[in-house]
Amino acid sequence: MVQLTREERAIAGGERGDGAAMAMRIVAETARLMGAQSLIPIESAHIDGALYHGDSGTLFAERLVAGGARTAVRATLNVGAIDLTGCSRNRLPPHQLDMAGRMMTAYKSLGCEPTWTCAPYQAGHRPRLGSQVAWGESNAVAFCNSVLGARTNRYGDFLDIACAISGRAPDYGLHRTENRRATVVFDVSNIDPAFLSSDVAWPVLGNLYGRLIGESIGVISGLSFRPREDMLKAFGATAASAGSVGLFHVAGTTPEAPDESTALHHLPPEERILVNAEMMRDAQNRLSTAERADRIDAVAIGSPHLSLEEFDTLRKLLRGRKVAVPIYACTGRHVLRILERDRHRQDLEASGIIIVADTCVVVTPILPEKPGAILMTNSGKFSHYAPANTGYSVLYGSLSDCVESAVAGVPVFGSAA
Amino acid sequence: MTLFNAEVLLSGPATMASAVALTAPISFWGGVDPKTGVISEIRHPQSGQSIAGRVLLVPATVGSSSAAAILLELVHAGLAPAAVVMHEPDAILLLGLIVAKEMGWKTPIALRLDRAAFASLDRQQLEISQDGGVDVRQVP
Repeated sequence: MVQLTREERAIAGGERGDGAAMAMRIVAETARLMGAQSLIPIESAHIDGALYHGDSGTLFAERLVAGGARTAVRATLNVGAIDLTGCSRNRLPPHQLDMAGRMMTAYKSLGCEPTWTCAPYQAGHRPRLGSQVAWGESNAVAFCNSVLGARTNRYGDFLDIACAISGRAPDYGLHRTENRRATVVFDVSNIDPAFLSSDVAWPVLGNLYGRLIGESIGVISGLSFRPREDMLKAFGATAASAGSVGLFHVAGTTPEAPDESTALHHLPPEERILVNAEMMRDAQNRLSTAERADRIDAVAIGSPHLSLEEFDTLRKLLRGRKVAVPIYACTGRHVLRILERDRHRQDLEASGIIIVADTCVVVTPILPEKPGAILMTNSGKFSHYAPANTGYSVLYGSLSDCVESAVAGVPVFGSAA
Repeated sequence: MTLFNAEVLLSGPATMASAVALTAPISFWGGVDPKTGVISEIRHPQSGQSIAGRVLLVPATVGSSSAAAILLELVHAGLAPAAVVMHEPDAILLLGLIVAKEMGWKTPIALRLDRAAFASLDRQQLEISQDGGVDVRQVP
């Protein structure tokens, strides 16, 4: 049974206004449901709740605003449904556009920072190792827990903002040390290191890991190098969309896994998965749904949002060429500002790249409506969500394949660009 | 006689409705269409089936942390399941119902039941009481 402090009970009863009361009751009710004994103070939040899915979410946020609620800790915002920077346009009908805009305004009124990105950890929001936070957005949760070593459960809409307002979270799950232990070893020592050191391998690994390990916690073992941050970002995003992955460890790389044994809290693993090349091929095939690969209608990259380094790679691969098929490059305004400062934005747009900021192509209708269309992507998360959310079938390839295909106007694989 | 006594996760009204037992984990966001209540994830085994007004049996959830938003939207649109039965409580999904209650909207009951029972309940007409009793209603 959850024990609230006197102060928490008073807030839930309305002592600091209706909005604060509603937020505290939501946190406390979740704590009860999940068997938490108490609430713990948090240092920051990342809010996934400002993305419009229908009028109900807007009404909820406006109820909090009307109740005088304000965030008690730093709270960055995940993507919204509207590109407020004006880089891209969406096809939302007037009513939805209005409600989505009202929702984004309401979350800003609550005190959240208008970061509008699913990669807040590359936009200056990096909680310290061991700190307690409440983060939403599955890829951000996986990154925050795994790569930063801060502690969060997978916060969903409503609970994320309720935690940010109350400054508290239910004390259960990944907030507690004993629940962060890896129980499964995911051994990749039999996989070609040359493949593993390429970007294209990490969404493939993430898909395999997410499906095989699901809700458990695994430690990736047998890597001969330290993967770059953008590799871990792509891995976590794909693993979290293919399975309920909130935390993974990489032996020798992530902070709670200086080695395999430490990630296992020095206990024997319950399972050891020895990954082989056939499993990787199967996972790679699953990232594509298009039955034929004889044409593409668009390319989408940037789920999670592209970092500055990823834009540098994109520009190098493009070499100033114009694309025959548009590349939608999704990113946050933290990157857009620098692209504009360095005059890369207009060069990219002159090449036919459509920059999408504050949002992305699978959460709001930006891609043209086109029955039977094929979307090429290097993102395991876009691959997972694009078919249901956009109607496009997907073709998975490396960033280099995506760029060469966009330039050629037809799928090109294995280019040496 | 009551077939199962399920734990009540979130209180709600008694109901009678046909069950839809999912045979794979579901991601509500990108997996269920909030405008129709139909499972839209093409790779899901129950793709194309409606969950609106049904007793939804959920073995596990996966994916995006926006599941609660879709469930709240279904409640607001009158397309929510008549009851949500989960193998394990999932805060991300059930938040949709917690918030629906705070908003003062009509909210379905949520129960906890071992997923081993799900297959036998699929497509059956189920009678669910406020205290978590689950019975199969024989169709004459």
